[in-house]
Amino acid sequence: MVRDTSQEEPAIRFQDVNKSFGDHVVLDQLNFTVNKGDRVTLIGPSGSGKTTILRLVMTLEELTGGYIFIDGQPLTHDLRDGRRVELKEKHRNEVRKRIGMVFQQFNLFPNMTVIENIIEAPVHVLKVPKSQAITRARELLDKVGLADKEHAHPLELSGGQQQRVAIARALAMDPEILLLDEVTSALDPEIVGEVLEVLREVARTTDITMLIVTHEMQFARDVSNRVLMFDSGSIVEEASPEVMFTQPTEQRTRDFLAAVLGD
Amino acid sequence: MNSRPLWDWDAAWEVLPLLLEAFITVTLYVTVVSSFIAAVLGLVLAIARRSSPRPISALIGLVSNVIRMTPIVVQLLFAYYIFLDAEPLLIGVIIFGIHYATYMSEVYRAGIDAVPAGQWEAATALSMSRRRTWGAVIVPQALRATVPALGNYVISMFKDTPFLIAITVTEVVRAAQTYGGNHFTYIEAITLTGLIFLLSSYPTSLLIGRLEKRLAYTN
Repeated sequence: MVRDTSQEEPAIRFQDVNKSFGDHVVLDQLNFTVNKGDRVTLIGPSGSGKTTILRLVMTLEELTGGYIFIDGQPLTHDLRDGRRVELKEKHRNEVRKRIGMVFQQFNLFPNMTVIENIIEAPVHVLKVPKSQAITRARELLDKVGLADKEHAHPLELSGGQQQRVAIARALAMDPEILLLDEVTSALDPEIVGEVLEVLREVARTTDITMLIVTHEMQFARDVSNRVLMFDSGSIVEEASPEVMFTQPTEQRTRDFLAAVLGD
Repeated sequence: MNSRPLWDWDAAWEVLPLLLEAFITVTLYVTVVSSFIAAVLGLVLAIARRSSPRPISALIGLVSNVIRMTPIVVQLLFAYYIFLDAEPLLIGVIIFGIHYATYMSEVYRAGIDAVPAGQWEAATALSMSRRRTWGAVIVPQALRATVPALGNYVISMFKDTPFLIAITVTEVVRAAQTYGGNHFTYIEAITLTGLIFLLSSYPTSLLIGRLEKRLAYTN
């Protein structure tokens, strides 16, 4: 059954999580927790399963084995009477409302204007009155520096602007957990800064739990309080950003950071 | 016998109102109503096929293929002889609607498949319901890509309407034949019938082209 959500429950808990695509094992018996208010960055070579972790939390992928708990509540599967059972779509949807995600490819709805993109879910999922949703959307657009773009269509905007709208759209749902999946990887280098600045601001001004996959190591250092180094579906090393980026313990981490940071 | 001119203007003026009447009350009527049925039913089929469990979606696919792989005349006659009491025009409207729905559902299917996976994922990330995801995100995007192809099927259906002759419906070609048979002069009636089709199809295809441009996301 659904567990009691007391203060002690972590925001996200992975318990013995397995994920395979066919014969290919992406995550192998993974256990880790993210506490409320944590900003956790996942680093590691591509194919190490970082993005899969975010996609599992967002229920965009099905678990092969194990459990994920969000604030103590099972997300897609639960252990009942010693058996692993799949939970109903309705339950997933309830838990999912606490989670927001920003994608590498923005994924704004091109058939809606900027403001329609932002108010869509608050109005139709959370049933917020439309006028209230619009007021909130304008505040968020102001926060991401796009107050003048509310009636623009996404494809009229630059990549950086689209991604800032996508951040506003995710925040409009007031998520407790925000997943950031390589949010600057599709952007031109000179635009990356404006998006990261917005996210730094979000990190400073809210207590949203964040799970971040990024190749921007300086951003990871600035925003996160924990860094997890992944390789081949397992955690190689865990440390604070200061330690991880200056004196990592594992050779695998040192090799990876040397390759990513260049020189 | 040689005195008959190849083209008789009197006959042409006499037959034109008859042709136009049959054209409007049958040909256009069937095209408009059946297009509507085909467009709606086609979309329903495409969505059902994508969101149903595998056996049901396979069944829909099989039935669609059977309908598409047999001539519409056979289907018209089949329905005509099964439902002998039914109004032939009604049978025509329904068969044309169903037949073209199977073509249009393929068009919709391609349009739906062309919507990037990221759109579904964004909808999931926003906890949108399946219904809302289809209605507000997927279908509007799929439709933009499908309008030209759907329009071409409407024109194609329009030109197929003379098959209604097989089930005794007097559409415009049948009206021309009847006039020709009664007055021993076919050329005027058949030529005018061809002109009526041409003059209706061509502007429609131009309209579809303009609609296609207007539906583009950016100006």
